[in-house]
Amino acid sequence: MPPVPAVQVTDLCYTYSQSAQFVIDIKDWTLNKGEGIFLYGPSGCGKSTLLNLLAGVLKPTAGEIRLLGEDFSKLKNRQRDKFRAQHIGVVFQQFNLIHYLSVLDNLLLATKFSGTRVNKDEISHLVTELQLSVDIFNRKASQLSVGQQQRVAIARALINKPELLIVDEPTSALDEDARDSFMQLLVSLTQTFGCTLIFVSHDKTLAKYFHTRVNFTELNQGVMPNVS
Amino acid sequence: MLVKLAFESLKSRSSSVILTLLSIIISVALLITVEHVRLEAKNSFNRTISGVDLIVGARTGQINVLLYSVFRVGSASNVMSWESYQELKSNPMVAWSAPISLGDSHHGHSVIGTTKDYFEHYKYGNKQPLTFSSGDVFNDIFGAVVGADVAAENNYKVGDKIVLSHGTGHVSFSHHDQAPFHVTGILKSTGTPVDQTIHVSLQGLNAVHLSKTALSKVVEAYNNKQHVDLPESGINAVFLGLSSPIASLQIQRKVNTYEKEALSAIIPGVALNELWQLIGMVENLLLVIAFMILIASILGLSTMLLASMRERHHEFAVLRAIGAGPLVIFGMIQIEALLLAFTGAVLALLVVWLGLHLSSSYLSEHFGLFIDTNIFHANTFILFAIVMLVTCFIAFIPAISAYRTALHTGLSK
Repeated sequence: MPPVPAVQVTDLCYTYSQSAQFVIDIKDWTLNKGEGIFLYGPSGCGKSTLLNLLAGVLKPTAGEIRLLGEDFSKLKNRQRDKFRAQHIGVVFQQFNLIHYLSVLDNLLLATKFSGTRVNKDEISHLVTELQLSVDIFNRKASQLSVGQQQRVAIARALINKPELLIVDEPTSALDEDARDSFMQLLVSLTQTFGCTLIFVSHDKTLAKYFHTRVNFTELNQGVMPNVS
Repeated sequence: MLVKLAFESLKSRSSSVILTLLSIIISVALLITVEHVRLEAKNSFNRTISGVDLIVGARTGQINVLLYSVFRVGSASNVMSWESYQELKSNPMVAWSAPISLGDSHHGHSVIGTTKDYFEHYKYGNKQPLTFSSGDVFNDIFGAVVGADVAAENNYKVGDKIVLSHGTGHVSFSHHDQAPFHVTGILKSTGTPVDQTIHVSLQGLNAVHLSKTALSKVVEAYNNKQHVDLPESGINAVFLGLSSPIASLQIQRKVNTYEKEALSAIIPGVALNELWQLIGMVENLLLVIAFMILIASILGLSTMLLASMRERHHEFAVLRAIGAGPLVIFGMIQIEALLLAFTGAVLALLVVWLGLHLSSSYLSEHFGLFIDTNIFHANTFILFAIVMLVTCFIAFIPAISAYRTALHTGLSK
């Protein structure tokens, strides 16, 4: 029996308004479990829209998205939210954390929505893996540096041991040194956790961390309106 | 967890939250106070006098008679002659009578001249008689029985001398310092204007209004333990007890049509009711205004939450990313609103409770209002529930807005 792919997209179309052209139009795209891909393309070409579709925040206009064998696009809104909480970790550009909560509460909040039980040792372990000291647990997220925030964001995304990790331009707010150590941590951790990684960026210098690279403009037949 | 989230979120916006909280505290405190005072005032009114079938005074409106004779508010516009009183008293249907004479004061407390019958027959609350905590009724013309509050305030005990002042009010330029009044008894607290009153004998009160020389003769005779004959003078009102309750209407008609003098007889219950209707209308209006203010302040709360939506975009995006549905965000806004309203209402209860404790003696002294300081009764909790309900309703506005924002919030922006 062939392994179930992590992501399977068939005839996926998406448009923001009925009359406009499709922003996303992907005939067929499969991503195997444990694979890590670098999805690149210029800004404003619809990458974020695809990520929103994959995370279930947006619903496809037509077509099908199967995640981990489940017909994701057919799920009800509430089920999609639950699925996202349990199986998908998300890290975006910045403001990944709820600024008025402590680091620990930010991490625990993610487990609350997924309903998973995580003990404190596991959290401490995860945080040390990310080269953060455990005494930041009680600091408010707003008191952390951007670099620390992004690493806590990875911890938050991985805390429920998701099968799929979606990362959208996570390094754009970091300087070059921080970027390098961040990328190495991200790649090695996703390998440790064995999760499928979709890494989106317009910055081609980051491609060196990945074996598989996908040019978004070749993948997507849709046309982004010239607004942005 | 959602409550904690809402709480932390409010904490992070403390300055606007505190202002909103203040406005809720003020409005809820106002509402609770108005409602509490309304109930208490009605209670206090209705328990002021009982066991008295009729009050007779010089002709005036029934509310006026009630106000000056029972509440010791305002002043008697006219006197009733001693002869009319004697004639009334001799009516076979009159079981007992207690005349009162007003117009003097002592440290702002009103002084009434009366007879021993007053202490025997005047009842308050649920037909409770007046009782003494120490001493007894006066036996000579310069004896005085003081109410519980007067005694407590001035630290009076039996045997203390007191000086009456002419006229009412705290400041008087004419003191009856020649008359040797002394405390013979202190009444137990009743929660009625009696507590604020000094009772002296009718003769004693007449004596102090004699000319200086006449008064000094009376005092001299009194000091030598001689019998003093004092001319009787008019009285301001008389409390009547009748042989049967049915007699009230008969006697009332008789008094109102009395030819020798223009008199009014009032039935206390009826007059209390009329007075209450008058005041009740104002109080209902106050209650309506208090409700409007509550709604205004809760609208303010919703405005505050609504205005924060923009800056909270990131927060909603994060919550969506970790799997919170738009309903969760709707709930979070509702919880924030209810948390604020609840905290505000609890603090308001505290404020009212404290305020009543601090002001109850002032209110009883200056307005004859006896307000129970215990506000924790069913009505207060009903109001509490109404506040929460109104909040829940009005908070739908920002909560729905948050719901829609959350529904359309993408992950990254």
